[in-house]
Amino acid sequence: MAKIRTIARLDVKGPNLIKGVHLEGLRIVGDPNEFAARYYNEGADELLYMDIVASLYGRNNLTDVVRRTARNVFIPITVGGGIRSVQDAIEILRSGADKVAVNTAATKRPELITEISTRLGNQCMVLSIEAKKIADGKWEVYTDNGRERTGMDVVDWAVRGCELGAGEILLTSVDKEGTNKNFDIELIKAVTEKVNIPVIASGGMGATEHFVEAVKDADASAVAIADVLHFKKIGLQEIRNAAVEAGIDVRTR
Amino acid sequence: MTKKVTVVDYGVGNLFSVRGALEHLGAEVVMGKTPEDIRAADRLLLPGVGAFGDAMDDMVASGLISSTLEARGNGRPFLGICLGMQMLFDDSSEFGHHDGLAMIGGSVVAIPDIDSTGAKLRIPHVGWNELHPSAGADWSGTILDGVAERSTVYFVHSYMASPIDPSHRLADTIYGGHSISAVVQKDNVFGCQFHPEKSGEVGLKLISNFLAC
Repeated sequence: MAKIRTIARLDVKGPNLIKGVHLEGLRIVGDPNEFAARYYNEGADELLYMDIVASLYGRNNLTDVVRRTARNVFIPITVGGGIRSVQDAIEILRSGADKVAVNTAATKRPELITEISTRLGNQCMVLSIEAKKIADGKWEVYTDNGRERTGMDVVDWAVRGCELGAGEILLTSVDKEGTNKNFDIELIKAVTEKVNIPVIASGGMGATEHFVEAVKDADASAVAIADVLHFKKIGLQEIRNAAVEAGIDVRTR
Repeated sequence: MTKKVTVVDYGVGNLFSVRGALEHLGAEVVMGKTPEDIRAADRLLLPGVGAFGDAMDDMVASGLISSTLEARGNGRPFLGICLGMQMLFDDSSEFGHHDGLAMIGGSVVAIPDIDSTGAKLRIPHVGWNELHPSAGADWSGTILDGVAERSTVYFVHSYMASPIDPSHRLADTIYGGHSISAVVQKDNVFGCQFHPEKSGEVGLKLISNFLAC
């Protein structure tokens, strides 16, 4: 069985690694490449770079950061933020990334999912979904980093994304992101039950138990972690140890 | 002496990471765009990303097929990575039937979407998974020389190559109870389904073995 993955998520604004709470109130944490290298050395399974102001500038600006990281970090890199076309995706892959995460552009033009996965392979195409709870068991798809509503239902959109050719889903809880108060477990479960592609849980990790729950209770195939790593609250080794103890198969060093 | 690697450049993207890993290990990377480049190679690397059919169409359009096929049995190391490994085989059923390079006998088929117990199996197979020696396989002297059994490497694929001759299987991985061919070898031709350039230290070890061949 492929092991459950710990993915270090790095939100980038210009040259800086940043972190925010509820996708507002950004704090500069440091140099993304330095953090990326450290997480690689500490055994992160993948890196996820999100350009969080891409939609404001109309494009993804991470190719330089990715290029520098890919020079000496030999684990998969996913890049998201402002990807609008197959050509954007190609440029990002050419700079050393392995997968692209698409949110806003796919909600506006779902055919983009098919275009990217057909041209580049579905394993390169990650559908990024930002979810905000609107009622029990119901979540709405948001875009532009949690700022814009779409009126779409998250689970329906996830299923549709699968049918259109997405290879993975990156599922971020807008409500829980940056709170350290656990993932939205019900959200993750609602999606993993309906799709047959891997789902990456994101948003809310505050304790190693949260990781265990996301995997064992909600069937996440991977967990994206930002806050606790960047602010050194929990280390990757600690997360791995807790996973092993809970009987979860993870890559051990 | 600097080891030279010629990458068969038939128009596929994302060669940055492969080059990066090779250069990190001190190799000189040559982009092979013409049949002459391919014939002059000390060792060849066939990369691949995307869909089998498109990649083979690109190979045909590049005019590099004959020179690439000449590498069979010529004693010089040849490594196909990911889709590049799949292209070594006779054919694939991804998005319809497509012929491959037929350098190793066998077909490329979809990874089953149910596991061996009948439960849902998520496809693509994404993530780090363990390498096990195939029956009767000896890793010494191959690109897996010095790699520990059960080392993990990074896979991301929906289709898998199935060698007809079991002696061509060097390493397998298990996903959903199914045995998936991870590393294959026929004479000087090697294939690796996972991404060695994205598999940390184990991947770099495999690449440095390829350089040392």
